[in-house]
Amino acid sequence: MEFFDRFAVPHPSPLIYASMVAIGLTVMAIILGITYFKKWGYLWREWLTTVDHKRIGIMYIISALLMLFRGGADAVMMRLQTSVPDNAFLDAQHYNEVFTTHGVVMIFFMAMAFVIGLMNFVVPLQIGARDVAFPRLNAISFWLYFAGAMLFNISFVIGGSPDAGWTNYYPLASTDFSTSVGVNYYNWALQISGIGTLMTGINFIVTILKMRAPGMKLMKMPMFTWSALITNIIIVFAFPVLTIALLMGTFDRQFGTNFFTSVNGGMDMMWANLFWVWGHPEVYILILPAFGIYSEIISTFSRRNLYGYNSMVSSMAIISLLSFLVWVHHFFTMGHGALTNSIFSITTMAIAVPTGIKIFNWLLTMWKGKITFTVPMLYSVAFIPLFTIGGVTGVMLAMASADYQYHNTMFLVAHFHNVIIPGVVFAMLAGLTYWWPKMFGFMLNERIGKWAFWNLAIGFCLAFFPMYITGLDGQARRMYTYSEATGFGPLNMLSFLGAGIMAIGFVLIVYNVYYSFRHAPRNVGDDPWNARTLEWATHNPVPEYNFAITPQVDSSQAFWDSKKHGYQLFKDDLKDIHMPNNSGLPIIMAGLFFIFGFSFVFFIWAGVILSGIGILACMAYRSFEKDDGYHIPVKEVKETEEKFGGAKK
Amino acid sequence: MKIDHSQPLEYSTEQNKMNILGFWIFLGAEIMLFATLFTSYFVYEDRIGSGPAGAEIFGITPVLFETFILLTSSFTIGLAIHAMRIQRTKAMLVFLGITLLLGAAFLGIEIYEFTHYYHVGATLQTSAFTAILLTTLGTHGAHVTFGLFWGLFIILQIRKRGLTPETANKSFIFSLYWHFLDVVWIFIFSFVYLKGMM
Amino acid sequence: MKFKWALLSLVFTISTVLIGCEPVLVLDPKGPQAETTANVIWLSIATMAVIVIVVFTLLVIILFKYRASKQSEDYEPPHIEGNHIVEGIIVGIPVLIIIFLSVVSVKSTYEVESVPKGYEDQEPLVIYASSSNWKWHFSYPEEDIETVNYVFIPTDRPVEFKLYSFGPITSFWVPQLAGQKYAMADMVTTLHLAAEVPGEYMGRNANFSGEGFAENIFNVTAMSQEEFDTWIDEIHATAEPLTEDEFDRLLEPGHLGQMTFTGTHLDFLPPPEGEHGGHNHGPSESESPSHMEHEYSDHEDHEHHDHGEHDNHDSHE
Repeated sequence: MEFFDRFAVPHPSPLIYASMVAIGLTVMAIILGITYFKKWGYLWREWLTTVDHKRIGIMYIISALLMLFRGGADAVMMRLQTSVPDNAFLDAQHYNEVFTTHGVVMIFFMAMAFVIGLMNFVVPLQIGARDVAFPRLNAISFWLYFAGAMLFNISFVIGGSPDAGWTNYYPLASTDFSTSVGVNYYNWALQISGIGTLMTGINFIVTILKMRAPGMKLMKMPMFTWSALITNIIIVFAFPVLTIALLMGTFDRQFGTNFFTSVNGGMDMMWANLFWVWGHPEVYILILPAFGIYSEIISTFSRRNLYGYNSMVSSMAIISLLSFLVWVHHFFTMGHGALTNSIFSITTMAIAVPTGIKIFNWLLTMWKGKITFTVPMLYSVAFIPLFTIGGVTGVMLAMASADYQYHNTMFLVAHFHNVIIPGVVFAMLAGLTYWWPKMFGFMLNERIGKWAFWNLAIGFCLAFFPMYITGLDGQARRMYTYSEATGFGPLNMLSFLGAGIMAIGFVLIVYNVYYSFRHAPRNVGDDPWNARTLEWATHNPVPEYNFAITPQVDSSQAFWDSKKHGYQLFKDDLKDIHMPNNSGLPIIMAGLFFIFGFSFVFFIWAGVILSGIGILACMAYRSFEKDDGYHIPVKEVKETEEKFGGAKK
Repeated sequence: MKIDHSQPLEYSTEQNKMNILGFWIFLGAEIMLFATLFTSYFVYEDRIGSGPAGAEIFGITPVLFETFILLTSSFTIGLAIHAMRIQRTKAMLVFLGITLLLGAAFLGIEIYEFTHYYHVGATLQTSAFTAILLTTLGTHGAHVTFGLFWGLFIILQIRKRGLTPETANKSFIFSLYWHFLDVVWIFIFSFVYLKGMM
Repeated sequence: MKFKWALLSLVFTISTVLIGCEPVLVLDPKGPQAETTANVIWLSIATMAVIVIVVFTLLVIILFKYRASKQSEDYEPPHIEGNHIVEGIIVGIPVLIIIFLSVVSVKSTYEVESVPKGYEDQEPLVIYASSSNWKWHFSYPEEDIETVNYVFIPTDRPVEFKLYSFGPITSFWVPQLAGQKYAMADMVTTLHLAAEVPGEYMGRNANFSGEGFAENIFNVTAMSQEEFDTWIDEIHATAEPLTEDEFDRLLEPGHLGQMTFTGTHLDFLPPPEGEHGGHNHGPSESESPSHMEHEYSDHEDHEHHDHGEHDNHDSHE
């Protein structure tokens, strides 16, 4: 039995045993349910093997929502633990594991997946393409992400969760101080999903550069597509840094090297540097697509074109450049001296300028507009003031001398949640609501949606604004408890209440999906929002080939022009449509990657070697495979178009 | 599949063009990967702990051989692509074969070099310097190994299917990869070995 | 938009409630360095408040004026590409603000990174502060004493903390006296501060360092130079010397109360500076991290054991 001892959880608690049972039961229920309804074949054919960017996008979004609930449960546990002084709900070790997994899950497996999911669904439609440049690679990207996410999520029931924070600083994360296999999980889960993300980056750059509809010059792309292009460029240049950092970390923990130790030449600060060279651009990987989404939504619901298109694009380009030049601000306190800190302080503050341009452009887009407060617009309107607060506190943090007082405190926690929640999370929810009819052919209920929005917005303010104060009052982040004498109690209780209200908001969103699925009318038409960009020129929900006829475009809001100025989008005749074949290879490869990672975490070399050979065999198989896709004949396209209410002209 | 005959075979379809662009972007990511390794190498270069310094373990002979062999292989794969452009399938296969043989020879010497380091007490665990040295060389070596299999598969496919837009495209992309590895090696040669031996 | 107002009033209530309370630690400085940072913080809050107010006002006006329910059915919003003057303003003003804040940031950063203003010609008191899981060791090389988890400093005299760590990266922080600085295993960092008001101040490790992180705190007491000298003499008269074995025991993971010794560990375990710095760490210096290898289950034993000793050595409680 010695072999199995390694899988035991090092710090068990009733909570963990309960989750084990819950996970076991849920998995069984899902398997039984699918078997009972005889859906395995459907699932395999239509979803698990799909290479359709729309379905992959939807699978990304579903996974992201699942992860949102995992990370959200962690968040509520943390706020509950700190809601009163000297609370004993979680002990230190569990609290450390909970905030570590909260951070990792939310950044890598929730926010990233949500962003990439929406990009997957929307970008090809916005540029009038049939699919992405490499549909099969896209499926591999998704399944690698999924394998990484699952690998990370089993850590707390098999072998123990990572406990060194999502930043995973060494030497704390070394085997000297983090003795469970948790950090091995961290390394491998991020490595595997990181490879997937890198592939996505390449895929989307090529898609956007090469597959735009005729007439869509770069400066005529919708803003979300622009943000996707710049984001993916950042991905391609930032993720390899993480790859190497994780590799070095793995070597340190599993092969006894001395990269980040304190002996034999090791240097612990090196990890912090590498991590943030990737980590700061990562922040913009998340926020730029959100900016893109807000641009689309604000323009649509103000009935106006986006103000200052050129400056919007150039400000994103400047942000992406600057994002690689500011990483030291994450550790001003490391003692590299006043000169270094001054330089990075200035580069950091410089980012406020292009960001400010964007804020004012959004305001000017609404100016002289005709604003309707739909759910997506409410998120966008709330985003502007809340993100402004997050942004200005960012400038405050960028002032190196003052940062010596903010660093590592709740002030910092408040700041980055203040940019990530109204910035990224609100954008994702807004985008999801906005493009929901495109995905499923019906709309989400507006009334429930507004309730959810208000819960989230008010809950957010309650949960995070008090942290600015407690931070300035000396509450360090990541403290599992504090004494009554510190006086942090009342404000932390307020935070907990806010977290509770936010939780209600998220539950309402799920309820809204259920409610709308049951009750919402299905005949919403192809343009329920009176939108402006090309993705609305096809049907709801989108047929598998996206556009029956490749559109021809002459502006960044081609669909609006076709509605208002009679611009002809579809000039060609129907033709046979070439489509890529589905493939089981991506999910099989990702499964092998999962086994590879899992075996590596536990030093099971046989598993590593076998799955490694399997992965290479899959690549070899792919190399020899002849796959030219298939054609949908004109007749079938015509029939489909009829079913959707007539071919678009 | 529309084939544009005015273009070289490897560029003749839309998909081919996208493949090549995609691979260039991938090489961009690879540049970042190796740039990170080089940066780390420079940081750790002098942090030798109780282990040996570069000058003590580097031997000029194997390194010169490796450099010479890899540079030659870069030349031969250039010839292979040239042969492909003028539709000389057989010559192309021969040059590809030579390239892979040279690659294998390079790898053999590198393995010899690694065993040498092992014997003089420079292993992954010795110091931060030896660890980053072996990681950088090893990452490059792993790329070469991967390239050997990849090239082999391409040879088999060309033999089976002849020069089609697909096989031409794969060969061209493989040649980009191989040239890239050569460029990385030139950096390794200059900034790891030469700088270390000075 | 009454919701916007609800939001605004929420922010206001929270901030007034908080300003009403006693000042938060960071904004209640007791020394020149903390005062510099507090001033920078106030200045940045004021500047940023202007921006926030401008954005909020514009937003509220726009939302009121241009909402659909206020406009006629057939109002068709105009197509506006952009305007160079407007763009000049939204670029120009932020640039000016950033330049202003950059100057403040750079100037104040140089200030807090050097000897406190007005104290340049005084000889600083040097204290080595090293962290181990999860304690702070304070060594006074001149005075030849060492304390654990508390530190006494004279007022109106510059103090130079030399920081390093026997384990994970930690961050030395006394909010009312100065900002943070990391303590790391392979180099020594320097933190300058001075206390101008006698009193007791909270100090802690602010950087997450594992299980005992939350309780990784220490006390700073500032007192006049005379009192400080008396305290030193008292310790030399009463406390036991710090032996190598004793220090090894202190390094074991766990929490200790406040302890006092004569002698410092610097004599037998030199800090990682100069020739002992990270660059040439050989195996001879590799001892210190081995102190940290441990089993988590041991904690409680150590704690009991250490508490016993604590009574013997502690002269201040």
